[in-house]
Amino acid sequence: MIALLIRDMRLAMRAGGGFGLGLAFFLIVTTLVPFGVGPDAEILARIAPGILWVGALLACLLSLDRIFQLDFEDGSLDLLATSPIPLEGIVAIKALAHWLVTGLPLTLAAPFFGALMHLESPGFSWMFVTLLLGTPALSMIGAFGAALTVGLKRGGLLMSLLVLPLYIPSLIFGAEAATRGMAGFNANAPLLMMAGITAGSIALLPFAAAAALRVNLR
Amino acid sequence: MLDLGKYADAILWSWGLTLLLLAGLTLMSLRASRKAKADLKAAEERRKNG
Amino acid sequence: MSQMKTNGTQTRSFGQRMNALWEYANPVKFMALSGKVLPWIVGLCALTLIPGLIWGFFFTPEAANFGNSVKIIYVHVPSATMAINIWVMMLVTSLIWLIRRHHVSALAAKAAALIGMTMTLIALITGAVWGQPMWGTYWAWDPRLTSFLILFLFYLGYMALWAAIENPDTAADLTSVLCVVGSVFALLSRYAVNFWNQGLHQGASLSMDKEEHVSNVYWQPLVMAIIGFGLLFVTLLLIRTRTEIRRRRLHALMARERMSDA
Repeated sequence: MIALLIRDMRLAMRAGGGFGLGLAFFLIVTTLVPFGVGPDAEILARIAPGILWVGALLACLLSLDRIFQLDFEDGSLDLLATSPIPLEGIVAIKALAHWLVTGLPLTLAAPFFGALMHLESPGFSWMFVTLLLGTPALSMIGAFGAALTVGLKRGGLLMSLLVLPLYIPSLIFGAEAATRGMAGFNANAPLLMMAGITAGSIALLPFAAAAALRVNLR
Repeated sequence: MLDLGKYADAILWSWGLTLLLLAGLTLMSLRASRKAKADLKAAEERRKNG
Repeated sequence: MSQMKTNGTQTRSFGQRMNALWEYANPVKFMALSGKVLPWIVGLCALTLIPGLIWGFFFTPEAANFGNSVKIIYVHVPSATMAINIWVMMLVTSLIWLIRRHHVSALAAKAAALIGMTMTLIALITGAVWGQPMWGTYWAWDPRLTSFLILFLFYLGYMALWAAIENPDTAADLTSVLCVVGSVFALLSRYAVNFWNQGLHQGASLSMDKEEHVSNVYWQPLVMAIIGFGLLFVTLLLIRTRTEIRRRRLHALMARERMSDA
């Protein structure tokens, strides 16, 4: 299992999609927003958590199709499906690999990009915490979407249509927790809800994703 | 005709659009149904004859 | 049936009755039954929907704080009710497909999606048109309106997935899985949105709560309109499911023709 994890991460990095592209995309989004809304520090600081969350979401979406597509095309997914590891476990590991190369770097970078958005100092740690707890769900939900569309020729656009609505609860609670935390309010409720969604996704979605993969491998 | 008062625009728009959408959906369903029926019939005939 | 007669038992156990129900999941039986029932449902639908709507439009008084705009309720509330119930129906039929693999069930879910999407769209449009005079804005990020927008997105994704996959059985499987997972997330979104913004919507118009209860003058035509919309849904659903079954049969025949040609 660890071998699979390492292999997946290495593949993702060699394809240049992992660290580099997602982060660069995230940086571009955070750079473009001030051009759109104007350089007013107050406005930027207020919308910063939302923008950072939406940026992270889109950056995450960018590399989702790579989770299964390459393995599906060269047939190694068939081999993996017949391996002794249950398909559910393979899905979970692939989602974990995706998180390690996109979600985690995004989480680490968010505070720095937050500085571009005039995020105030308590905001740095809040962005870090909410993204740390929220991005695993994004990877797992994304793996489910990727499993649904893996057999399709041009599944990328369709996948974003399927996956983005599923991201809504995480986005709402995550951005709300960051906003409340920054303003000094009690952010426990949204934070717990988001963590709950993440935990639930990790626990249950591998089964749904594996079911979808089995259908596509049929 | 009854007097709809100051909300006439809102009422007529929402009712009009609703009926339009429902009528459109019904017509689409009926047309698709007719086409499927005809196509299937043609295919069955071909199977019987050929 | 003949076996039962030789057994001499006239009363059927619950299990047997359930089995008899499942028989209608057989496409041929479904076509026969739905063909017989359809004219009756169309008639019933016409008998409730048309008078209900006419009653609501022409013969209801103005409401104290809504004025005549209350008439919008007769299209807004039924379509919103149907929008949610159709998704629930799709969830149930998807589960039936996943568990018992009855083709009619999967095709019924497919047939329902466009109706559900239209209902959601109607609820959104009428809500927006009503919002302008009532709240002074076409769109408010009110929890209920927002939830419906999200529901609309879910319908879109579901239908897009159906359209994208060529093999009908694969499509049925994947859309069913999506429907089940989507239902969970749609419910989560509902709570998230509630949490995120407490809205300006009035409470449920049909709730049993005395305070919120809309008075009888409005309530009776509203119930009639809701039943009418429900029957309209059943009518369209039957027509569309029959279409889907025919298309499926056609698909199979075409495949056989190609096989014999080759």
